[in-house]
Amino acid sequence: MPKLNMVKALNTALFEEMARDPDVLVLGEDVGVDGGVFRVTDDLQRKFGSQRVIDSPLAEAGIIGTAVGMALYGLKPICEIQFSGFAFQCFHQIENHAARYRSRSQGRFHCQMVIRMPYGGGVRALEHHTESEEQFYAHIPGLKMVIPSGPRTARALLAAAIRDPDPVIFFEAKALYHAAKEDVPDESETLPLGRAQVAREGGDLTLIAYGAMLRVALEAADVLQTEDGASVEVLDLLTISPLDRATLVASVAKTGRAVVVHEAPRSFGPGAEIAASIMDGAFLSLEAPVRRVTAYDVAFAGFAREKATVPDVPRVVAAARETLAF
Amino acid sequence: MAKPVPRESLVPGVDAGLARRLLGEMLLIRRFEEKAAEAYTLGKIGGFLHLYIGEEAVAVGATSVLRPDDFAISAYREHGHCLAKGADPRRMMAELYGRRDGLSKGKGGSMHLFDRSVNFLGGHAIVGSHLPVAAGVGFAIKYQGGDQVVVCYFGDGAVPQGEFHESMNLVALWKLPVVYLCENNRYAMGTSTERALAQTEIWKFGQTYGIPSERVDGMDVLAVREAVGRAVARARAASTPALIEADTYRFRGHSMRDPAGAVYRTREEVEREKQRDPIVLFRARVLAAGLLAEDDVRAIEKDVSDRIDEAVAFADASPEPPAEWLFTDIYTDISTEA
Repeated sequence: MPKLNMVKALNTALFEEMARDPDVLVLGEDVGVDGGVFRVTDDLQRKFGSQRVIDSPLAEAGIIGTAVGMALYGLKPICEIQFSGFAFQCFHQIENHAARYRSRSQGRFHCQMVIRMPYGGGVRALEHHTESEEQFYAHIPGLKMVIPSGPRTARALLAAAIRDPDPVIFFEAKALYHAAKEDVPDESETLPLGRAQVAREGGDLTLIAYGAMLRVALEAADVLQTEDGASVEVLDLLTISPLDRATLVASVAKTGRAVVVHEAPRSFGPGAEIAASIMDGAFLSLEAPVRRVTAYDVAFAGFAREKATVPDVPRVVAAARETLAF
Repeated sequence: MAKPVPRESLVPGVDAGLARRLLGEMLLIRRFEEKAAEAYTLGKIGGFLHLYIGEEAVAVGATSVLRPDDFAISAYREHGHCLAKGADPRRMMAELYGRRDGLSKGKGGSMHLFDRSVNFLGGHAIVGSHLPVAAGVGFAIKYQGGDQVVVCYFGDGAVPQGEFHESMNLVALWKLPVVYLCENNRYAMGTSTERALAQTEIWKFGQTYGIPSERVDGMDVLAVREAVGRAVARARAASTPALIEADTYRFRGHSMRDPAGAVYRTREEVEREKQRDPIVLFRARVLAAGLLAEDDVRAIEKDVSDRIDEAVAFADASPEPPAEWLFTDIYTDISTEA
């Protein structure tokens, strides 16, 4: 069982899925010769050739629109958008085409495709290179929105996304690319889309996180255990949409208290939907209002203020304490 | 007395069978849309309805050189392209009515016609957005080693969009078997090409990208057939893309909300363009050439009229889609109903 960082784990999944299915292609800016801006597609072109690992021109709408056409014909393209903040150039191809062919044609055409995008903080860069935009995609019927939290979930979820007949937006936290290595099994594995995992069991409060925020939540849980004696359960959503409401509700029905953590701005973000889902399913179990620890409702404040913007352990601990004391 | 024109030179390479087919298909589109316009005014079709009347020679001429396994993809003025590709007019009319027997079970409507059985890849309501999709289908054909061709219809309104240029670059760079067929009817809704394009000779953009490009009289079904035939032959043999600009004109407004199209163009212009009616011109040519007799033409008109009556009756009789269909075909295996 090798230890891999997330870049290598994702790269492994791409190798495995391309070897497994000749209809799987990789398409994007600098994914071939260069191996991708974060090296996730490294060496793929050497192995599979330039017909399957395609360096596209710098044209995001063209990349996604072309991939939609490939998928209509039956290929399974995996597109890379270099940063999630660049995707607004192709947003209408995603929102208006990829997500809707199935519905529009009543199942006669569909788009089996994955769009990979690095997202979130961690590289001390400006707006589009650092923001979190999962809420836009989670709001679109027909798309699945997936965010792994580390090397092992990244490899398993990417394989599952590539095999899934629906279009999947696959966000990769830049902060996690090289953050840590994890044991990843020798054999290819998948995780079901649309299912959250309990990353840590506890009885007093549920922390709900995903992507890079999972580590923050787990560290906060440690602090709360050590300093407050609180038993904190941590949920790793893994799929943002469709949301695994059953796991959310079951956890909060047990703990009675919940704090949601995400890097996206607060208003109308995933935390709002999660809080509403908890209200719907576990209202009578709630001992306190559901709190959110998120980025602020501002344009991302640039590298100098990244730490002040992205939620960190002290902010999560403070919110949890308020919730526990409510 | 003028020397008589040799008959065959009026319609080179056309036999009676082809003449019957081309005339019949143009008439089918014309009558289908006239009935659709009636149904719209009766409230049986909602939303928007963009008529192709006047432009029939483009769809029919282009499709006449395609094989059934070739693909066509279009924008929102696509009734003609879908009918020409071989879709059943009854199921098309039912789709316009939003009924359960429509091509997309009533969920698509006028602007989103899809028919997998005839490789019609849909109408697309967002202008220019289907051009890269056509490139992707062309890529997939080439990747799988096939020899099919994609014909992508769009209007002059798509030309200033970035995706037009992205797509021209992609198909030229990757040598994809896509024939981009621009129906230049001179107005993007109400904005004339002169007010929208720095280069109004649209075919010239193809030259910039090194794509074989030409302009053709879009009111002449045989001229369209020849130009698209050349492009399709190149695409099939050597995966060479093409850009063809068909000079055409819509006789009606942009949509039924703008029935006359009278604000942005003059009555004189519309009347002048109606003299180029592709159906009237082609009928006169095949009659003058002796390929078809008046009786043949009457028989074609009767057949078309019967088929359209059937389509309307079929649409009228088709039930509304059941409420539970609201939640189908969003995802493969998940019902989104909470």
